[in-house]
Amino acid sequence: MAAKHKKSPPAHPLTRSQQAWLIASAPLTVAPGIAYVPGWLAASVGIALLWRAVLWWRHAAAPPRWLLNALALAGCVGVFLSFRHFFGKDPGVALLILFLWLKLLEMRQARDGLVVVFLSYFLLFTHFMEAQGLGLAGFTVLALVVVTAALSSLAQTRQSVAARLRLSALMLAQAAPFMLILFLLFPRVQGPLWGMPRDAYSGMSGLSDVMEPGSISNLSLSGAVAFRVRFEGDIPPRHSLYWRGPVLRQFDGRAWRAGFQRPIRRPQDPQEMTLTDSVRYTVTLEPHNRHWLFALEMPLTAPADAIISNDYQVLSKQPIRSRIRYDMQSRLNALPQTGAAPAPRTDLALRPGNNPRTRALLENWRRELNTGADAGANADEAIVHRMLDYFRRESFFYTLTPPLLDGRHSVDQFLFETRRGFCEHYASAFVFAMRTAGIPARVVTGYQGGERNPVDGYLIVRQSDAHAWAEVWLAERGWVRVDPTAAVAPSRIEAGIASALAEGEPLPFMIGADLDWLRAMYFRWDAVTNGWNQWVLGYDTLRQRETLSRLGMRQPNWKSMTTAMAVLCGLLLLGLTFWALHKRARLTPVLRAWNRLSRRLKRAGLARQDWEGPADYAIRVTQARPELARPMADIASLYIGLRYGKLDGQKPLDELRRLIAGLKIARQR
Amino acid sequence: MQAVSAFKRWLFRLHGPEAAPIVLGQRRVYVLPTRAGLAYAVSLGVMLIGAINYNLSLGYALVFLLAGLGLVTIFHTFRNLARIEISPGRVEPVFAGETAHFDIQLRNPGKQARHALRLHFVDGETVSTDLPPDAVTLVPLPLPARERGWLRPGRLTLETRYPLCLIRAWSYVEPDMRGLVYPRPETAPPPLPLSASGDSGGSRSGAGNEDFSGLRAHRPADSPHHVAWKAVAREQPLLVKQFTGANTAQVWLDWDALPAALGVEAGLSRLTRWLLDAHAEGLAYGLKLPGKTLPPDHSPRQFEDCLEALALHGR
Repeated sequence: MAAKHKKSPPAHPLTRSQQAWLIASAPLTVAPGIAYVPGWLAASVGIALLWRAVLWWRHAAAPPRWLLNALALAGCVGVFLSFRHFFGKDPGVALLILFLWLKLLEMRQARDGLVVVFLSYFLLFTHFMEAQGLGLAGFTVLALVVVTAALSSLAQTRQSVAARLRLSALMLAQAAPFMLILFLLFPRVQGPLWGMPRDAYSGMSGLSDVMEPGSISNLSLSGAVAFRVRFEGDIPPRHSLYWRGPVLRQFDGRAWRAGFQRPIRRPQDPQEMTLTDSVRYTVTLEPHNRHWLFALEMPLTAPADAIISNDYQVLSKQPIRSRIRYDMQSRLNALPQTGAAPAPRTDLALRPGNNPRTRALLENWRRELNTGADAGANADEAIVHRMLDYFRRESFFYTLTPPLLDGRHSVDQFLFETRRGFCEHYASAFVFAMRTAGIPARVVTGYQGGERNPVDGYLIVRQSDAHAWAEVWLAERGWVRVDPTAAVAPSRIEAGIASALAEGEPLPFMIGADLDWLRAMYFRWDAVTNGWNQWVLGYDTLRQRETLSRLGMRQPNWKSMTTAMAVLCGLLLLGLTFWALHKRARLTPVLRAWNRLSRRLKRAGLARQDWEGPADYAIRVTQARPELARPMADIASLYIGLRYGKLDGQKPLDELRRLIAGLKIARQR
Repeated sequence: MQAVSAFKRWLFRLHGPEAAPIVLGQRRVYVLPTRAGLAYAVSLGVMLIGAINYNLSLGYALVFLLAGLGLVTIFHTFRNLARIEISPGRVEPVFAGETAHFDIQLRNPGKQARHALRLHFVDGETVSTDLPPDAVTLVPLPLPARERGWLRPGRLTLETRYPLCLIRAWSYVEPDMRGLVYPRPETAPPPLPLSASGDSGGSRSGAGNEDFSGLRAHRPADSPHHVAWKAVAREQPLLVKQFTGANTAQVWLDWDALPAALGVEAGLSRLTRWLLDAHAEGLAYGLKLPGKTLPPDHSPRQFEDCLEALALHGR
């Protein structure tokens, strides 16, 4: 006998039910990513799926091959025109979607069905490049159940839809422990393995390094989380929660910019390190594709791969493109005077010629103070206070829908005419005013405040907590924070943005909600999201080691992790083997009683044969043991009635049991 | 080749025909990934690299879940095949050149239905069947009958790719069964040697060709003259008219009377054809083979005995 080659899978034309499964699973696999692909592709998917469904409905043949080839070519050209290349994430996903619907239109054989299913799995994977929230995870599990059921339909079986879905769900449930073990123990490598395609991080939002007061008339406040903070110990009072972000020093009359200076690492002062009245906390920052990290003023230590620049910004060496966690230490409110270097000239620079009324006002104040008692250094401080008093005394309003400011004299316009604005307007006007008075000043942007989630104790800082304030250089004290917004609307700082606004100002949904139960629900949900972020999405090399040593692994390295992974998976496999081999048929009570009878009679040499039905068995037993005729007849008829007939319920079953137990079988000699 | 097949016999525990029922114990069910399974593994590998590169925690989770699914499938596929009991069933005799059907009886002792079981003999067609829980199913497995004598089907392969086509579980068994293959009836034989029968003296006119006695199911070897075409026209199954003559003629089908130039197989073919014709015409016929003589009779029993004698002549 010649060694026979393994047969290649024979060509099986797809049945209608198999086609239906494949067509039905496709929308589920495409849906989560549809928002991220070009519009024409999304439309083509919709049309193609509909077309395929109609073909199925009408028992029509697949479209001709030349048409499909033409569509494939057109699709590839479209992808190229949309992205200008074929490599990288976005064109890759687009091509995947294109191939999926082409294959759906073309499929004839079971093998085509397999390709569709594998493409579906792959597509489900790619959606995680855009989002990894709980919702998407749940949706993916649902889609997996359907896609796996579609795969099972390819195995040429006749099963109902429900049975297929059940099987698929069961198998995925059995696979879940493997996922858990591998997830925990698979040695994590910090990616990327190769250079990321440029488009990997499109569309992240956050603070900008340009601030242009008066250019927007309606500040849209996003409730999106900017970062979450866990403090060691209590959360400091709200008015000291100034999260320092980009420092803006160049003003062109309209916009403030960070400028192009290279960030210089501030020399570490050994004295700072010994401070004991500092706060320690861990920030989990959402990606914003910029370099800056946020820290409470003033940061003392920089996390790994980051520096503290000489204007106290914490800057990461890499743009923040995925959610990261870092430990920080800060000293609230003030720093000890260190080396009081003179402020750079750039912090005084102004373009000449604009905003004459502001200049006149400040020059007037300067003149008054110079002639007054406290000249010199104290004069600077007095001007700062005068300016704040001016904000307080005059009729300034805090609003998120300020009038637009036009053109050249925007500061004048704000200070003397509109007098309505939010933090950007006040900070900008204040810094401008200070510079005209000869006091070095700069704008600091970042976030102010935050909200404590009572469920998990994290402080949530949202995009809507974005804030801008000012810093002035005072000769004896160095850089001092001044928040002009606090002068106008103290409650913005003390209680948050919602309380600072007048009645009737529009607020985004969650920020102003005063429905307590809704807030409570929101907090619970945010705690879940945060837990998800911290433990599932943030499960990186570091957290893996930390978790494993907490679970009792002494030295979590890749060797011990692989070993543990192999052992645990082996145990699971063993369990599954046991399940596959020894899953005992669950017997009904009737059958159990009947088996008991057979066992008892077997001891008397009257074992029931496999092929023997109850009636035949009773007759044979009666022939061998005439004394058992009565009970055997009763038992047989009861058993037949219970198992095959209409008898039901506890009473006849009890009777059957009683009869079997009461059977007196004499030993045969 | 010799070594390979010896190794295969050892590996797959093939030691000749086995006594029924054959239970597919865990040690004789083999499991390997299919081509689709390998493709699945490769795509998981690609996804894993993607998850590492883009640092996707959920990407990892998805890959691991699908890997777990692959592992779980092994057990489901295995369980779909293990513990099935196989017993040989009937095999109807056929003529050489036809397809014999070997009835294989499959019993599922478990509470779990078995799906998409595929069975085939080494050079037979594949038949697919499902097996409900705690049930017995008969599967007629076709096998071409090429030459007369006993046809032993040899190794039977049972395989399944249920539930996900990623894994193939299979087992080899060799049920103890054989089917009888009659010689192929000659297609254009000389007429029935009625004259050779000599002393009966009966002419064909009285040979029971007239007295219609009933219909029976068509056998492949029946003469087309006797097919009940009217019944066929009424879309009934193919039936054959049977005749009995009161004045039954006798015919001897004698091996020694055949021309010597005819070989053994051709001679048996001719005798088979004559036997069929004689039987169809309701004659009483006897068979003389070297070493075996069956006196004239026209019972169904006689028919089968004669065909068997022809089939097994010299075997």
